This record gives sequence, structure tokens and C-alpha cells, in this order.
Amino acid sequence: MSGYFTNIIDGLKSLAIGLGITNREFLKKPITLQYPHEALKMTPRYRGHIELLKNPETGTHTCISCGMCANGCPSKSITIKSKKVPGVKGKVLTSYILDFTTCSLCGQCVENCKPAAIDFSNAYNLASTRKEDFIFNLLERLHPEGVPEPVVDPELLKKEKEKKAAAAQKAAEKKAAAEKKAAEDAAAEKGGEATAEEKS
Amino acid sequence: MDELIRLLSYFVGIAAFLGFNLAYLGWVERKGAGHIQRRNGPKEVGPYGLIQPLADGLKLMSKQLIVPAAADKPLYMAAPILAMVPAVLLFVAIPFGEGIVPRQFDFGLLMIFAFAAFAGLAVLMAGWGSGNKYSLIAGTRVVSQNIAFEIPMLITAITVVMITGTMDLSEIVRHQAGGFWHWNIFPRFDSSLLMPVSFLIFYICSMAETNRAPFDLGEAESELVAGYLTEYGGMGFGIFMMAEYANIVIGCSLTTILFLGGWQCPFGILPGPHWFFIKMYFLIWCFVWMRWTFPRVTLWGLLNLSWKYLIPFSLVNLLLTALFIKVF
Ligand code: SF4
Ligand code: SF4
Repeated sequence: MSGYFTNIIDGLKSLAIGLGITNREFLKKPITLQYPHEALKMTPRYRGHIELLKNPETGTHTCISCGMCANGCPSKSITIKSKKVPGVKGKVLTSYILDFTTCSLCGQCVENCKPAAIDFSNAYNLASTRKEDFIFNLLERLHPEGVPEPVVDPELLKKEKEKKAAAAQKAAEKKAAAEKKAAEDAAAEKGGEATAEEKS
Repeated sequence: MDELIRLLSYFVGIAAFLGFNLAYLGWVERKGAGHIQRRNGPKEVGPYGLIQPLADGLKLMSKQLIVPAAADKPLYMAAPILAMVPAVLLFVAIPFGEGIVPRQFDFGLLMIFAFAAFAGLAVLMAGWGSGNKYSLIAGTRVVSQNIAFEIPMLITAITVVMITGTMDLSEIVRHQAGGFWHWNIFPRFDSSLLMPVSFLIFYICSMAETNRAPFDLGEAESELVAGYLTEYGGMGFGIFMMAEYANIVIGCSLTTILFLGGWQCPFGILPGPHWFFIKMYFLIWCFVWMRWTFPRVTLWGLLNLSWKYLIPFSLVNLLLTALFIKVF
């Protein structure tokens, strides 16, 4: 019985304290982030899908099309195409396709890239109802306004041309020699044949 | 003819008043809940989310009515209607201002208590008719809760009736005219000093009678899925929600009339319906505030509260008041 009234008093007190707390919170500003209208900045170390990095000096990527990223990818998510362009050192990347539907974000590609041409992006809000939307052409993503033409080095071009010309000449000589030899061989064979015919 | 006009204006007026309240109390509740939890609440549909109730209503109305296979169909269908009808009916007796009352009842208070008892029946019907064990548990809980809280509520109401000497709600309000110190919530030195306690008991009971959190054991989503609402979807659910808000409006109106002087102004100037609405909405806001502050009581705690605290207190209060009135 002695606890009866203290119970009531304590209970009422705690109820009043609770109401005070909610009243205080009610008067504060909401802290909800209105997501589609505003968003937090992603931390730089967030691992989104990979992307080609832009080299500020050349204005384009530094990929040398070595294919190490594609080879090292355990999910075979990367497909690289490249071609040889006269006057440009090495190969020129023509398409870099990342199939993000299979990518496990393991990071092997980033580890493997010697010139550090790729890194994880900060894109986190990827959503689509179609699978095709997750096949990224990273080269086009890097240059949405259109992939720039590779810079041709005139000296290299000249050298290459000379080399090519030399090679062509060499090839022509070789060809001529081969033709000559073939003609001789043919003649000899003809003779041989004749002798064989005679024998039979 | 006069009677007809009165009837029509009652229907139109009450329908408009109720429609507005049911829609926007939901909005107030969601906004209040949001801000108490430091969220925004509805804000996308219309300015400050003000068109949200319309969107909700359209959504609920466009939903298919599904009757569960195990349901007792007539009971299942009748329960929401039975929940709504008394809630609407009770407004007949509520005086909003001097002479602004749909119908003058000499026994308004009695009429309100009589019809309010249907609410528990509707919940029991819903619980039984759904053919779902969670609903049934909820239904029985609500009945035990309603019985437990109706007793102290009635006893407190009797105290007020003894003081004012009438069951006519308008007369009770007139009795509290002139300054807030005449209101029944404050101790009255000629009849009862325990009036604040009566008010508290009545307010708690009206909260429990409307099945509001922290007394929403009939819904108890953490233990009973959604209680008696589990099997209701679409407008069946919508009507139950509306009935809940209508009951809140009734409960707060009644508290205002019995204890806060109805349409009387606290300083004795400009009495009128606006004072009634100010007080009523303040009480409703307190309902919302408490709902989002207090955790749900257990069934055991709920019954304990009623039988061990509210009923003894209201009985003692009644006896003391009777003594006071006899002596003075
Ligand atoms: S992160 Fe891993 S799985 Fe994804 S593309 Fe790179 S190597 Fe492949
Ligand atoms: S490993 Fe780096 S440089 Fe090599 S192809 Fe991949 S991205 Fe290009």
C-alpha cells in the first residue's frame, strides 16, 4: 500500500518527462535528407563500377590496351577492342565494355592496370529495369561528346612510312627473288618431268 | 418543414465537418508523428502534403474488396459500418455553441455513452468475422479493455452530472460560464476539490475507449499483425480508420464540454464555437502527442491501470463529491 501512491507519482512524473522530450524533438528541425532532391556526397573511397580516368595533360585516358584488366577479371566482365593507327605509338583503344551485371567489384582490374588508367567511380544510384543499361562503354562514358582522334606524331609517322617503304622494298626484292627462284624451279621440274617421261 | 431543414442541415453540416476532420486528422497525425521523430511527414503531394488525404482516400477506394475465405461474411461486412454509424450518430448531441446543436437532448450524455458502446461491439464483430486468430484475440482484448475503461469513465461522468445537476450537455456548458475558474477541470470549492483528478481519469479513459496508442491493444502490430484490422483492406480498413478519428473527435468534444467549459471563453468575453474548436483540437493534439511518445501498454498493465487506479480513484471521487454536495 505504501508503494501505491509513490507509484502513481513516479509514473506521472516519467510520463511528463517523456512528453517533454517529444515536445523538444518536435520543435527541432527534421533531419531527413530529401533523397531525390538532395543527396549526401559519396566518400571518395566508395567502390562503384570502374571507370577510365582522364589524364589532365592529354585530356584522355592513359590506357595502353594491354588487356591485363580483361585477363585478370575473374568474371570476364571486361571486353577491350583496340587497333593500330599509323603514327601512334602502341595500340589505340577503340572500345572498353564493362558488363556491370557480372562484375563483383573485386578490384582485380584496378590492381592489374599498370598505367593506372582505371579506378572505381562514385556512382551509387544505378537503377534500371533493363539489363542492357548496365553494359557500360567506358570509353564513351569518359568522352560523352565523342571520342577524340588519337594524336598522330609526324616524326613517328615519317619513320613508320620509311620503315614501311623499306619493308615494302625488301618484300618486293624478296618477292622478285622468290619469283625468279620459282621460275627456275619450275623450269628444272619441267626438265625433270621430261626425263621421267622418257624413262617410262 | 422546419424539422426537415434542420435534418438536412445536420446531415450536410456533419458530413462536411466529419469529412474534413477525418481527412485532416490523419494528416495532422502523420505530420505530428514525423516531426516528433524529426522526419518531415507527408510533404510531396501538394504544399506541406495537404492533398495527401485525398490521394490516400482515392487509393483506398480504388482497391478491390477481398473477403477472406474463412470469414463470416455478413459480420465481416457489417463491422466497419457498425463502427462508423455510432460515430456519426453521436454528433447529434454535441453542442458546438450556444444553440448550435443538431438536436437538443435532455439526456445527451446518456445517449452518447449508450451509442459509444457500439464501438466495442464493432471491433468484436470484426475480430470474429475475419476468421483469423489474431483478429479474434484483438476483438476479445478490445472488449475487456472497453469494459474496464467504461466503468471509471461513467463514474466520472456521473460526478460531473452530480455537480451540474443535469445530463443536458448544453446545460452543463452553461453551468461553467464566466471565466476559466468556473470550468469543471479546476477544483470547485462548493462541490468537489478533486475535479482535476476527474479530468485526468476521463481523459485517459476516452483515450483508451477510442483504442488509441498507448492503449491500442486491438491493433498491437508488434504482436497481432494488425489486430482486428488484419483482414481488412481498401475501404473496409478506411472506414475503421475514419471511425477511429470520429471517435477521437467525439471523445475530445465530450471532454471539452464536461471539463473545459465547451464554447465558453476563458476570460468571459466573446464565447462561441471557436473556443470549442480551439479546446477540442488542443485535446486532439495531445492525443497525437501522447501516441507518439508513450510505448504501448501490455494487456496486464492496461487492466491494472483501470482496476487498481482509475476505478478506485473515480469511486472515491464520486463519494467525496456526494459528501461535499450534501454538506454544502
Ligand atoms: S572489379 Fe573485378 S569483376 Fe569487376 S570488372 Fe574489375 S576485375 Fe572484373
Ligand atoms: S589494364 Fe589498364 S592499360 Fe591495360 S587494357 Fe586494362 S585499362 Fe587499359
